[in-house]
Amino acid sequence: MSEVKYSKKHEWVSIDGDVGTVGITKHATEQLGDIVFAEVPDAGKALTSGGEAAVVESVKAASDVYTPVTGEVVEGNAAIVAEPALINQDPEGKGWFFKIKITSPDELAALMSKADYDKFVEENPS
Amino acid sequence: MRDHRTSEFIKRHIGPSQAEQTKMLDSVGYKSMEQFIKDIVPSSILEDEQLDLRDSVSEQKALDILKGIASKNTVNKSYIGMGYYGTYTPNVVLRNILENPGWYTSYTPYQPEVAQGRLEMLLNFQQMITDLTNMDIANASLLDESTAAAEAVALCQRINKEDAKIVFVSENCNPQTIDVIRTRAEPFGLHVMVGTFDMLETIKDNILCGIISYPDTYGLVENIETHIKTIQSKKGKAIVVADLLSLTLLKAPGEMGADIVVGNSQRFGVPMGYGGPHAAFFAAKDEYKRAMPGRIIGVSVDRKGNQALRMALQTREQHIRREKATSNICTAQALLSIMAAAYGIYHGPDGIKHIAERANTFANMFASEVTPKYKLVSDTFFDTVCLDTGADTADILKRAYNYGVNLRKVNDERISVAFDETTELKDINNLLEIFGVEKKLEALDANTAKSIPDDLVRTSKFMEHEVFNQFHSETEMLRYLKRLEDKDIALNQSMIALGSCTMKLNAVAEMIPVTWPEFGGLHPFAPVDQAQGYQELFEDLKKMLSEITGFSGISLQPNAGAQGEYAGLMTIRKFHISNGDEDRNICIIPESAHGTNPASAQMAGMKVVVIDCDEEGNIDLEVLKKKAEEHSKNLAALMVTYPSTHGVFEESIVDICKIIHDHGGQVYMDGANLNALVGIAKPGEFGPDVCHMNLHKTFCIPHGGGGPGMGPIGVNKHLEPFLPNHSVITENSGPETGMGAVSAAPWGSASILPISWMYIRMMGPKGLREATEVAILNANYMSKKLEGHFKTLYKGTKGLVAHECIIDLRPIKAESGISEEDIAKRLIDYGFHAPTMSWPVAGTLMIEPTESESLNEIDKFCNALINIKKEVLMVQNKIFDEKDNPLKNAPHTHQELTGDVWEHKYTREQAAFPLKYLKENKFWAPVSRVDNVYGDRNLVCSCPSLDSYRDEVA
Repeated sequence: MSEVKYSKKHEWVSIDGDVGTVGITKHATEQLGDIVFAEVPDAGKALTSGGEAAVVESVKAASDVYTPVTGEVVEGNAAIVAEPALINQDPEGKGWFFKIKITSPDELAALMSKADYDKFVEENPS
Repeated sequence: MRDHRTSEFIKRHIGPSQAEQTKMLDSVGYKSMEQFIKDIVPSSILEDEQLDLRDSVSEQKALDILKGIASKNTVNKSYIGMGYYGTYTPNVVLRNILENPGWYTSYTPYQPEVAQGRLEMLLNFQQMITDLTNMDIANASLLDESTAAAEAVALCQRINKEDAKIVFVSENCNPQTIDVIRTRAEPFGLHVMVGTFDMLETIKDNILCGIISYPDTYGLVENIETHIKTIQSKKGKAIVVADLLSLTLLKAPGEMGADIVVGNSQRFGVPMGYGGPHAAFFAAKDEYKRAMPGRIIGVSVDRKGNQALRMALQTREQHIRREKATSNICTAQALLSIMAAAYGIYHGPDGIKHIAERANTFANMFASEVTPKYKLVSDTFFDTVCLDTGADTADILKRAYNYGVNLRKVNDERISVAFDETTELKDINNLLEIFGVEKKLEALDANTAKSIPDDLVRTSKFMEHEVFNQFHSETEMLRYLKRLEDKDIALNQSMIALGSCTMKLNAVAEMIPVTWPEFGGLHPFAPVDQAQGYQELFEDLKKMLSEITGFSGISLQPNAGAQGEYAGLMTIRKFHISNGDEDRNICIIPESAHGTNPASAQMAGMKVVVIDCDEEGNIDLEVLKKKAEEHSKNLAALMVTYPSTHGVFEESIVDICKIIHDHGGQVYMDGANLNALVGIAKPGEFGPDVCHMNLHKTFCIPHGGGGPGMGPIGVNKHLEPFLPNHSVITENSGPETGMGAVSAAPWGSASILPISWMYIRMMGPKGLREATEVAILNANYMSKKLEGHFKTLYKGTKGLVAHECIIDLRPIKAESGISEEDIAKRLIDYGFHAPTMSWPVAGTLMIEPTESESLNEIDKFCNALINIKKEVLMVQNKIFDEKDNPLKNAPHTHQELTGDVWEHKYTREQAAFPLKYLKENKFWAPVSRVDNVYGDRNLVCSCPSLDSYRDEVA
């Protein structure tokens, strides 16, 4: 089973070899409400950890999605662009945003485990 | 004997009588208004002196005086063109929209369930624009052609990934448009290159965008497809500034590959009005829709699955995305785009085409008679003929002047003549005489030379939707407008207590001069000596606004509040640059600020630093000090709203201003809440350096369902050299050293300024102060009356609020599950428009009653809210079902209430008539609660078919 790590900006990354799949957490989707729009990066795009990678919008809020890891985009999820509701329905599954070839695996150490993230959310209610 | 008539208007404008005011004061624990105000307004800013303004006069007297001023305008026949043309407002539209409070007093349609009428009309406008331009999507209006073009440049910048900096502008665009693009491009660091298409070819670098005028400012019509391709070959987006009427005859820019098409819809039935207001349009390819500025109306469904309209993609806008918004635009020109749409509906596609053909025919007739004598600059044109008049130029202009005719002097050897809907045969004969051609034409002759090249003749259809093809008789039109009006809540229905929007009385006497031909008929670029009435009005109004605000310099050019913010910040920017402080670019903004503030700061090239407020909702002085020190070297400005957006007079305002000044910054005051200051405190004297005045809030210009607005700015002496100016009309329009133009017209939307003038004259210094006092009293009375049912979130040191109060609904939601939205929508069942919802604090309502609401209406509104609270408690106590209750299901439509099936766990009576007054006066919501999510997921911004409402006739 692949390992899943979490960022303070409410992204998750699931690591499978040198490829990470990135999305936003269930908590993030609950904060946003019904999502109506998503924009994902094109394959080949170079991203730096912490940088803007994608966009997500509900009727009330617009938010940037940041990449928790540095690398090159392998694929953006066309399914959530076509059907943004998928993000609400299955945020940490079918609602993924992009796959990225991780070039600085060291960065993963700075991310949180599921348990740490849950604690972080509890301590920092927004 | 005292003449009561001179002060009669004051009591017409102010809702509560003197006796009622005493009673209301008593309820908040005061015996005198004076003490009440003293306890609310900090002594450091409270003025003792009465405003130095002339005493109030009666409605009749004010109208007489203004008529005298108006009569000093000389309304000459205008052939100037340049984006402004003669037009006839269809009388059915004049009386039933422009002169009808049901349309002009309504608010921006943020509550779609009480705005289906104007939303439909705005959607009709979008449909008309997408059809005529042949683009994918259009918005519901922008401020004017020039700012629309500048907004198009900004869109290109937002979607640009290559960091291109060059903006090519054809030199044959309207000069005011080039002007505004230059002003707006400067803070972005863009390089504006104005020149010919030959010059465009020689640009080697990639460009951001290119702007083409079609037809061009001199009337030339040419195939712009190659220019569009050239722009796009340099990776730029092609922006076309088009004349809407010409597009009925000319191939549409969308068919030639344009990326964005903008322009003015003024000639669709809206008088020139010496510059405005009129609705600009903005249309684009579908792929740019999320980067578009302004409001976009979309089709969605309501809770029951029935079609319903609402504003779409609001996440683009400043109230949500703040400094990351696509634009700072808030108020646009809703009333004027509604009028333009009504013009399109009334005339239909054939009628509009006929109007265009007629203007084109007159242009052709004139051209063919005048050409033996003078050479045409171009023989392809739509409605504007440009002539090489050589050495005769001065003589022709002089003759025109004597004939009472305004031509456009292009230069010392060229004149252009623009024709329009109002041109008659006798006008052509007059013109021929002016140009020294001895011939008299007898009839309209469509067989004159064709001035539109074959490859540019429009073949595609437009405005085929039924709405443009069935209301051509006056009876049908009249009923259509009435039907739409009845779907909306405006001030002629009930109070609209929108916090920070000041929905006060827009008195009829104030509105009457707007449609006087002496004000309506003037072209904005008519010689200033023909506009002496207007000039007198401007000077007088500026003097009065200066006295009221305490600022020495006033510019009337900004034609909306956000535009005023932008212009004000630009004076600050230019001030710093002139002092050699190019690096001062930090703008501190409290988190509670209007979304327009950060959006405007970003447009003025500033970097936004947000500061939090303390628990009382005030700016935290310690935090402010720290931030100001931290950014001391780069501090440009603080933007502060006063009284605060939390509805409180912050005690520390003088200190706040001092901290900023000590660190070399300037203070920008957002004047949205000026209605709490007029006559009792002057911002120009207590700290701020610049402030905008929303004339559509404090000074009675109606909201028009989302515009027009006016946002003049006042500045202190040291900022005066940087106020806006204008390159077309330089006389009296601003300092030579100014920032350039921020609006298309030198005095913004001049024709609505008489409204504010009338208000100030009829109120006088005593009336204005009383209005402010009563506005504050009304808010405090409501806060007190609602106490025990709803908690007022923020109060001043003495437990009082300013002119508005925020009631906290979060505890209610936590205890009962009933949200602020449920309460807002339930108010519709009680016949009221909801107050401002979830701003500036989520989960709250912000209530601003204004001085114009009577005690009776205020009590009625409070009773509605209190009764709603009872319903909430019934949910909480399980008397009502937690899901199926009158709040969650609000608003209730008449179809639902009268249907055969009623399956709710409460009665129809409970749903429709929770209070007795509703049996006598009931507003029926036309749709159930609108589904915003559906609309944004399934975006449709064009008119849906009307089939679903059609009955078969047996």
